[in-house]
Amino acid sequence: MNYDFRFSSLLAYRDELVEGVLLTLQLSAATIVIGLVIGVVVAAMRTGAPGPFKAIATVYVETIRNTPLLVQLFIIFFGLPSLGLRFTANEAALLGLSVNLGAYSAEIIRAGIESVRKSQIEAGHALGMNGYQVFRYVILFQALKSIYPALTSQFILLMLMSSIVSTIGANELFHQASFIDSRTFRSFEVYSAITLIYLCLTLVFRSVFLGIYWSVFVRRPAR
Amino acid sequence: MIREFGSEDILFLLLATRWTILLTLASALIGGTIALVVAVLRIVPLRPANWLAIGYINLVQGTPVLGQLFIFFFGFSVFGWSVGAWTAAVTAFSIYASAYLAEIWRGGLQSVPKTQWESSAALGLTYLQRLRYIIVPQAVRINIPPTVGFIVQLIKNTSLASVIGFVELSRAGQMLNNATFAPMSIYLTVAAIYFVICYSLSNVSQRLERRIHVAR
Amino acid sequence: MSLVNLEAVHKRFGEFEVLSNINLSVSEGEIVAIIGRSGSGKSTLLRCINGLEPVQQGRITVDGTEVTAANADLNNLRQRVGMVFQSYNLFPHLSVERNVTLALKVVRKTPYAEARDIAHEVITKVGLADKFGAYPDELSGGQQQRVAIARSLAMGPKVMLFDEITSALDPELVGEVLRVLEALAADGMTMLLVTHEMKFAKTVGNRTVFMHEGRIHEEGDSRETLEHPRTPELTGFLDAVLH
Repeated sequence: MNYDFRFSSLLAYRDELVEGVLLTLQLSAATIVIGLVIGVVVAAMRTGAPGPFKAIATVYVETIRNTPLLVQLFIIFFGLPSLGLRFTANEAALLGLSVNLGAYSAEIIRAGIESVRKSQIEAGHALGMNGYQVFRYVILFQALKSIYPALTSQFILLMLMSSIVSTIGANELFHQASFIDSRTFRSFEVYSAITLIYLCLTLVFRSVFLGIYWSVFVRRPAR
Repeated sequence: MIREFGSEDILFLLLATRWTILLTLASALIGGTIALVVAVLRIVPLRPANWLAIGYINLVQGTPVLGQLFIFFFGFSVFGWSVGAWTAAVTAFSIYASAYLAEIWRGGLQSVPKTQWESSAALGLTYLQRLRYIIVPQAVRINIPPTVGFIVQLIKNTSLASVIGFVELSRAGQMLNNATFAPMSIYLTVAAIYFVICYSLSNVSQRLERRIHVAR
Repeated sequence: MSLVNLEAVHKRFGEFEVLSNINLSVSEGEIVAIIGRSGSGKSTLLRCINGLEPVQQGRITVDGTEVTAANADLNNLRQRVGMVFQSYNLFPHLSVERNVTLALKVVRKTPYAEARDIAHEVITKVGLADKFGAYPDELSGGQQQRVAIARSLAMGPKVMLFDEITSALDPELVGEVLRVLEALAADGMTMLLVTHEMKFAKTVGNRTVFMHEGRIHEEGDSRETLEHPRTPELTGFLDAVLH
């Protein structure tokens, strides 16, 4: 093997890499907020709403979960303009990722609501609580605790999947890779380095999520 | 010259679907074999083996598939091997699948109650005999639904192989788009093909899951 | 010559000493009942004897094999030491027959026909000849526990360990399991039982060991010990379980 690794040539592109990281963080954060809102609404539609709403929610969740994100992005970015709906690459990316995350988180939230045992709800009613009070004081905390791990794993997955929006030319970390690649022709080094940066982002996300879990959900002995 | 999107184009997409399926199958088989080893390394009572497996799983699960794909696509040539998009894609997706399957199967292995390990140990079975005759047979039942569920993820992710130029369903869609310029009909057709395959598999997975729950 | 021998055995879980200076010697054919409150270390004691739990200090020998030796061949030893658990722990994916023949075939490489004969013999002995092909989830708790006993018996053990084997059973199913134990006792099997069945300990056991806070607090002839406890702890314990 006589390949001459030159990771040092990447150092000249520090600023681009930092910018890429920031863009990916922004995109992920915005997607998480929008996706979560969609998820809560759709989960509510699937568990408590009348027939037609339930059907719409089910079709949405199943369609998104059974088709690739890449194709969803293509439809939004290349397909919708033929119906007169035009988006910039960044808008299409945010839209595609949010719609995608919405479907996955809806399923997780629904499972969380259903995981709270019926006896808990009955116990709440038996104490004279009304439906809202039972939801607010009995279901919510238990459901949040049970969905938290799955939901945050989904967020990390989303952050990693956001690299896919580079294929439609949206601005984020992976897009910076192809830019640097086109300047340096050091493809292997560029993509290795970028992949490692994603790994670091994953570790950061994971620690933050774990820290939140510990401070919110883990009961500490009273002093 | 720009032409209409017609029935022969649908046939073209269906033929390209073969490569999506082949890529999925090859990656699932190779990845599954690696996953078996990693899952066992993850649970054996030997710390360094556990760490190795945990490190591997975290490395793969902590990085984007797209990155893995590019690393293998460009990486082989670094070692002086020139390989095509197929080899790079199969390698990348096998590695990707191995980490996720290993983690799924580890969960299955660990969900077998500890008392089953103990009672087979009390009969004098060695560690590997316990694993083979008692733990794995019980874990397989539990593992089938999530494994099928992961195959659905794998099918969808193979669409990324289009980025390195491997002609499977998504890439075929892009090629048709360049020729016909009917993106909406083409990508909806592509999505529909993915949907039929993935939705049927998801349903199988859910039905298996329900049956296993009833049997327990 | 004792079959099971424990000398100055100490076991800790972290800081907590579960077993503290245990000395116990069991001769061939002896039936020892081990009683005590939950958490007194009685189950742990049993699990140390076939090496399911390691000990930090002391020596345990069973049938000439030193369990506590660093290079002990535990899998070999366990073929000679039967163990039955509180929660039966049958293998749910195997029929009654295969539950019983598995270790014979896999561990001892017994030919199939012979393994089947042995299985037939022990399953008949526990009174379940008609359940040969059944699966664990088709059996009652009492029947499952009898299969678990047969599974251990098939290996022809020198000594058998019973860990609260009737505690998880409905009261009306306890009798059928105890009758199997009585039959084993009549055959001269060496047994150590952790049990809450004081009447059984008194009538079938030769010796009773009372565990308290990780120590053997009192021991002696079963009838004598259970009818005339010498320490206030045993008196209190017996009062609590008998009323």
